[in-house]
Amino acid sequence: MSMLSVKNLNVWFGKHSSRVDAVKSASFEVERGQSFGLVGESGSGKSTILRAITGLAPNWSGALSVDGEAIEKKRQKAFYKTVQMVFQDPYASLHPRHSVDQVLSETLHLHGFTNIDARVVKLLDDVGLGQKFRFRYPHQLSGGQRQRVAIARALAPDPTLLLLDEPTSALDVSVQAEILNLLADMREEHGLTYLMVSHDLSVVAHMCDNLAVMRNGEIVEILDVEALRSMQATHPYSQHLLQASV
Amino acid sequence: MSDTQTLRQWLLSETPTSRRHAKLSALYQGWLSLRANTMAMIGLSILVALVLVAITAPIISPHDPFTQDLSNRLAPLGAEGHLFGTDSLGRDILSRLFYGARITLYIVALVALIAPIAGLLIGTVSGYIGGITDTILMRITDIFLAFPRLVLALAFVAALGAGIENAVLAISLTAWPPYARIARAETLTIRSSDFISAIKLQGAGPIRIITKHIWPLCISSLIVRVTLDMAGIILAAAGLGFLGLGAQPPSPEWGAMISEGRRFILDYWWVATVPGLAIFTVSLAFNLLGDGLRDLLDPKAGE
Amino acid sequence: MENLLDVENLWVKFPTRTGVFDAVRGVSFTLGRERLGIVGESGSGKSMTGRAILRLIRNPGIVEADHINLEGVNLLKKSEKEMRAVRGQRISMVMQDPKFSLNPVMTIGDQIIEAYRQQTKASKSEAYNKALEMLEAVSIRDAERVMRIYPHEVSGGMGQRIMIAMMLIPNPEILIADEPTSALDVSVQRQVLDIMDKLVKDRGMGLIFISHDLNLVADFCDRVLIMYSGRIVEVCDADKLHEAKHPYTRGLLNSLPRLDGKDKRLQVLKRDPEWSKTPSVSGRL
Repeated sequence: MSMLSVKNLNVWFGKHSSRVDAVKSASFEVERGQSFGLVGESGSGKSTILRAITGLAPNWSGALSVDGEAIEKKRQKAFYKTVQMVFQDPYASLHPRHSVDQVLSETLHLHGFTNIDARVVKLLDDVGLGQKFRFRYPHQLSGGQRQRVAIARALAPDPTLLLLDEPTSALDVSVQAEILNLLADMREEHGLTYLMVSHDLSVVAHMCDNLAVMRNGEIVEILDVEALRSMQATHPYSQHLLQASV
Repeated sequence: MSDTQTLRQWLLSETPTSRRHAKLSALYQGWLSLRANTMAMIGLSILVALVLVAITAPIISPHDPFTQDLSNRLAPLGAEGHLFGTDSLGRDILSRLFYGARITLYIVALVALIAPIAGLLIGTVSGYIGGITDTILMRITDIFLAFPRLVLALAFVAALGAGIENAVLAISLTAWPPYARIARAETLTIRSSDFISAIKLQGAGPIRIITKHIWPLCISSLIVRVTLDMAGIILAAAGLGFLGLGAQPPSPEWGAMISEGRRFILDYWWVATVPGLAIFTVSLAFNLLGDGLRDLLDPKAGE
Repeated sequence: MENLLDVENLWVKFPTRTGVFDAVRGVSFTLGRERLGIVGESGSGKSMTGRAILRLIRNPGIVEADHINLEGVNLLKKSEKEMRAVRGQRISMVMQDPKFSLNPVMTIGDQIIEAYRQQTKASKSEAYNKALEMLEAVSIRDAERVMRIYPHEVSGGMGQRIMIAMMLIPNPEILIADEPTSALDVSVQRQVLDIMDKLVKDRGMGLIFISHDLNLVADFCDRVLIMYSGRIVEVCDADKLHEAKHPYTRGLLNSLPRLDGKDKRLQVLKRDPEWSKTPSVSGRL
């Protein structure tokens, strides 16, 4: 059974005449333990799919299911224990007045964990930050360190599906390498499934097993990473993207 | 922590070792920034002096503020035993100023407790929930905003009766709408930010999000605004006192003192001028401090 | 090659509570009629270098240099008023995000016309024709329509092309482009770069291209300065960037994921404190 199944997903913003269809009948499946990439240019609707899955974009139709269970419009607490998300901009995704410790403890508290102190320590070690960062505020951290905190927060409830929204596009290349390595390690250690959005084909080629190419809210092609590496995309738009990224 | 480390180093540490340490360290950093701002420090020292005067009024006052001495009425500045002279009933103006500081602080503290908190509650709830709740709450705010402050306060006092408590209540009732507007505007920008999305994805409910995530970010701009408004609030209280609707005689409220001195302003100008200067100084102090706090707490304005 | 710009020992300093922070530390380079790339990570001082040339460092920052000569005249000796004539007229700058550089309440056409008339005192119709011509030069189809629309109605790629058009109207000798394409999609990126390249070549301008993207700079520039913590650590010809020797440059190149790469892990850059201690390499020709 697939970890995530998206069938005929439509997502729109606004009402009536000002309605904008951001995603139009998108369908794909992500197997357990797999890493799936969504690729496209800005405005192609790739991030909107993630927001629809998590419920941050409330207007959607179609069938979404995680681990065989259909997602209801009103998500249960258990859903957030299974599905977590890492945001694009680590400068915006951490509360400016909350220390690392507060961010992680609150998350753990919300998911009903009891031995919070020990778990915060473990999470910080897992993402390679260590204890000396525990009581720092976001403004005392670099971009890469912030993204590590965001990853630790996403890992806190022990999820099985992690949604990654351009997790490295706001970072320098050397930091990007560290974060991508960390994400690869975490996937291996925790047996995670990834759904990763990126505009950078080489990042997706590095991280993912399969990918979908999106344009104007539609999935134009789904291909595996081998086909991507050997530049064997069939759809002209995918080919165009490939050409531009070489 | 090693013994060789000074307190200052401990406070400025980049690697705090406990929650308390991190909090203290953040506070100390803020204090250092504030201290670098000379004008704000002037404002702060005036206010600290005001608080000290209010606390020690019975000790430092040379005379009882209520004792009348009709044989020595309207003594000039620097008269023997009366540095700022005496008023029309021969009461020592300096002593009355000291006791009046208590009333001023009392008004300031009460208004600062009621108005911003009411505004914060209404503004954040309105901004976060949106929809029909937002419309209703904001229309109510608009109605209150549409009245001139002093006129509305006058109406309230007239209805509730004259007195300091009622004056405070009246001022608070007229002061909260701007705070609600600010809190709502801040909430609207915060609401759509990634860190709020992130906490929603942890299953947090609206009450937790508003109180733990939105309030801490709204409070700083409210503090700045309240500090800047304090001057206006003191003036409004003094205005009510001046019109005889606030503090009642023989209370040494500064506005009421001006009102009493008004009758002799041409011949005995200091009777009204000295409390006027006191109001001016304290208002200015709040404004200076507010400006400093804005630089400190509201990084947007500094960019 | 003659030098348009000659920068010697440039420092940018920011006084802070804990001491002076040096954003740029003693950088020297020259610019001829060429495309000079400056690459580095965030905080390396590359943008500060670009801004310092135009003396656009915000208070309390301080610009110090032995000289910043524009065709033999030291810009540091000019008054603020004289600098204003240099900015835009002789050295233009294109920023990362066109959204912040265009006036949101004026049509594109009015903005270009105004910019042109400020420089030349040309008549309205003359300026209009010039503006049309410029928009066409940056490959904007249907230029007459674009003249009438507002900045929020244009896409990022078009906005950036319009910015380039505006910057080029006064015929500057030098164009400083600070990450001009990083807010754009890859397919648009190429297009904008090609346009910029053509214009720079046709007019014999000098271009300073500031970017974090090594591959882009390798493709697009003639010469590259690699900056690290406020200093130039390496200078090389752009086509030889992939043979760069400095461990920092090598580390940056190796940490990039590759489309055809099959390595499970990416190489991680190990920073050597020595890098920031060694003096700046000169970027003079």
